[in-house]
Amino acid sequence: MNKISGQQFLNNFWKERMKNKEEILEKANELRWEVGESLHDSILGSIYKEASEITKNTVKTEDNKDAYTFDSKLDKVLTSKLLGFPIMFLILAAVFWITIEGANVPSKMISDFLMGTIHPWLKEISQRIGIPFFIDGLLIDGVYLASAWVIAVMLPPMAVFFPLFTLLEDFGYLPRVSFNMDGLFRRAGAHGKQALTMAMGFGCNAAGVVAARVIDSPRERLIAIITNNFSLCNGRWPTQILIATIFIGSLVPAPLAGFATAAAVVGIAVLGIVFSLIVSWGLSKSVLKGEASAFSLELPPYRPPRILRTLYTSLIDRTIFVLWRAIVFAAPAGMVIWLVANVHVGGLSIAHYIIQFTDPFGLMIGLNGVIILAYIIAIPANEIVIPTVLMLTVLATGLSGIGGGSGVMFELDSVNATADILHAGGWTALTGICLMIFSLLHNPCSTTIFTIYKETKSVKWTAIATFLPLAMGIVLCFFIAQIWMLVL
Amino acid sequence: MKEINSCETCPVHNLANLTKLGVNMDKFDFVVALAGNPNTGKSTIFNNMTGLHQHTGNWPGKTVSRAEGGFKFNGSNYKIVDLPGTYSLLSTSTDEDVARNFILFGKPDVTLVVVDATRLERNLNLVLQIMEITDRVVLVLNLMDELKRNNMEIDVRSLSRELGIPVVPAEARQKKGMDEVLKYIEDVAKGNYLCKPRKIKSISPKIDTAVNELTKDIEESFPNLPNSRWVALRLLEGDQSIIDAISSGEMAELVNEQDIRSTISE
Repeated sequence: MNKISGQQFLNNFWKERMKNKEEILEKANELRWEVGESLHDSILGSIYKEASEITKNTVKTEDNKDAYTFDSKLDKVLTSKLLGFPIMFLILAAVFWITIEGANVPSKMISDFLMGTIHPWLKEISQRIGIPFFIDGLLIDGVYLASAWVIAVMLPPMAVFFPLFTLLEDFGYLPRVSFNMDGLFRRAGAHGKQALTMAMGFGCNAAGVVAARVIDSPRERLIAIITNNFSLCNGRWPTQILIATIFIGSLVPAPLAGFATAAAVVGIAVLGIVFSLIVSWGLSKSVLKGEASAFSLELPPYRPPRILRTLYTSLIDRTIFVLWRAIVFAAPAGMVIWLVANVHVGGLSIAHYIIQFTDPFGLMIGLNGVIILAYIIAIPANEIVIPTVLMLTVLATGLSGIGGGSGVMFELDSVNATADILHAGGWTALTGICLMIFSLLHNPCSTTIFTIYKETKSVKWTAIATFLPLAMGIVLCFFIAQIWMLVL
Repeated sequence: MKEINSCETCPVHNLANLTKLGVNMDKFDFVVALAGNPNTGKSTIFNNMTGLHQHTGNWPGKTVSRAEGGFKFNGSNYKIVDLPGTYSLLSTSTDEDVARNFILFGKPDVTLVVVDATRLERNLNLVLQIMEITDRVVLVLNLMDELKRNNMEIDVRSLSRELGIPVVPAEARQKKGMDEVLKYIEDVAKGNYLCKPRKIKSISPKIDTAVNELTKDIEESFPNLPNSRWVALRLLEGDQSIIDAISSGEMAELVNEQDIRSTISE
């Protein structure tokens, strides 16, 4: 072989390649005329034929017994036009009811332990070794209590809700939901698979936004991404459940409280679905015009859920994951809360000034300054809204005798104690309802916003996805509050 | 006398030799692609092998991008790639592109195709297409428990004979059949089992001639492409993504490195 330099060789090599690839494409074009247009179909046809042949030779179905009888019977009921939706709502309501009832006792036990036992113990130690008050405050009253709070408020409902939801998923119910919802989404000009991304959003909006990749059409995928925030995420479930328990559950006789609370939470979740449809429809009729594309959705066989396995993975995958994320965000937030509550300017704490400033706006939309400030502090994670609200309420109302003083996330023995604080803070049923609405309709958490940007690579769509729900929430709460005040 | 469990002495009983490596896969000897229809249990099998906790769920389309993990088996390191589930490799959607590009361009040492045993016929469509691209295929007949529940039976041996590749019945959710899956992955990766996959029968002599002619050209230009016949067929069909892959040079990039090296050293 002649010796040529490496560079020369490469040049020749690539030149040849360029020539070759054009030749190949040209030849393919010529030959395509010869074989005719039906090639694609005939190849598919022969694949199908072979598959069916092989199946015939290898699969035996027992005579006089039909396959899939159970599955198709169940499908007839779960996806029926008449019963599909009522069953869906019933299942949802049952899941929430079990969550609400089941989380109560462990929640109290955890908060007793973390805040009633550990917190005073930590304070005692810190006093004994003489740690300066601001370090003690920042770390024990700020960071520790914020984290403990998040665990007490979030862990029990998540530990019940996620396994239940995962069992439904494992059983094969989600695709049936998607099937039921498909018609609605199609009429809204969105993709039927949006029902699946929406269901993912009920766990975590960031996950739901990523899941929108299953939708091929960019237009429909954008709609799915923008509207995912209307699915209540797990950071918001505890808020909904707690506020519904205090303000809705107390409106009815005690034995019915659990049902009323579950119904209210389902109501908010359904409202979220309705908004998701309305906004999808609006987008597909205006900025994201187009036809809904067709797709095929396979209804998988029902599978008996593996209870233990599901418990384990849903605890590891979801509960611990979400909890960890909440703590990571709650710890610094606890520090911030302690600081704004304890740094005084001209005799009043910073928090006082901010709350005074935000109060008029908050009241106008049925909320109050505390909630507004809490939502600003809680931008990184919705999970810490309720702890922040409670802490700031104590601070703003100057309640004494509860917890350790200003800027301290205190212990709460029960839902009743929480209710007492909120009522003392001037909360009414209107505040509760507006908070539930606002919790559904406000900007996504910063993780979701960042995920939306990563998925869309567009500042514009990220901004729309961020501010559209916020604007909707403010407008809706405003009208509810104004009408409420006129009527009552 | 203690009775010897015949299973434990059988070479198939291999789970003891499996080390789950999670995401630690700096060095690997073989690449395994995990393909199949949506919702057949690919992610469950992936988790069984790697010890990772990819979220699994009973709905199609859950895995949206590919996930990678590693395991060590009988002294060799394997990288396993969980591909999104697809019904075919022919039409174009993002999932199908991800799956097809990996099987075609990623040149996995073994492609593990997971099928739903209760829906064999439809699942076989994908299997047949994958076997057109690569020879080294192991079929996992998953959800065998469902099959029994639905009063059906599959003759595993004749299925393996018909397809010309190893077929392993499994119940991934119960971790049943995993040891055999591992053994066949090893056998095929190391060349101890030579797959002779069934190819789609020719459709007409005219098409055959055209395909052969084009295949020859492609083989000359891209000698390291293991599946030039398939590329030829796709080109004849006018598959835009393959045309693009050739004209953009992607196809050349895939094969060129080894190619140049072998030519220079001549």
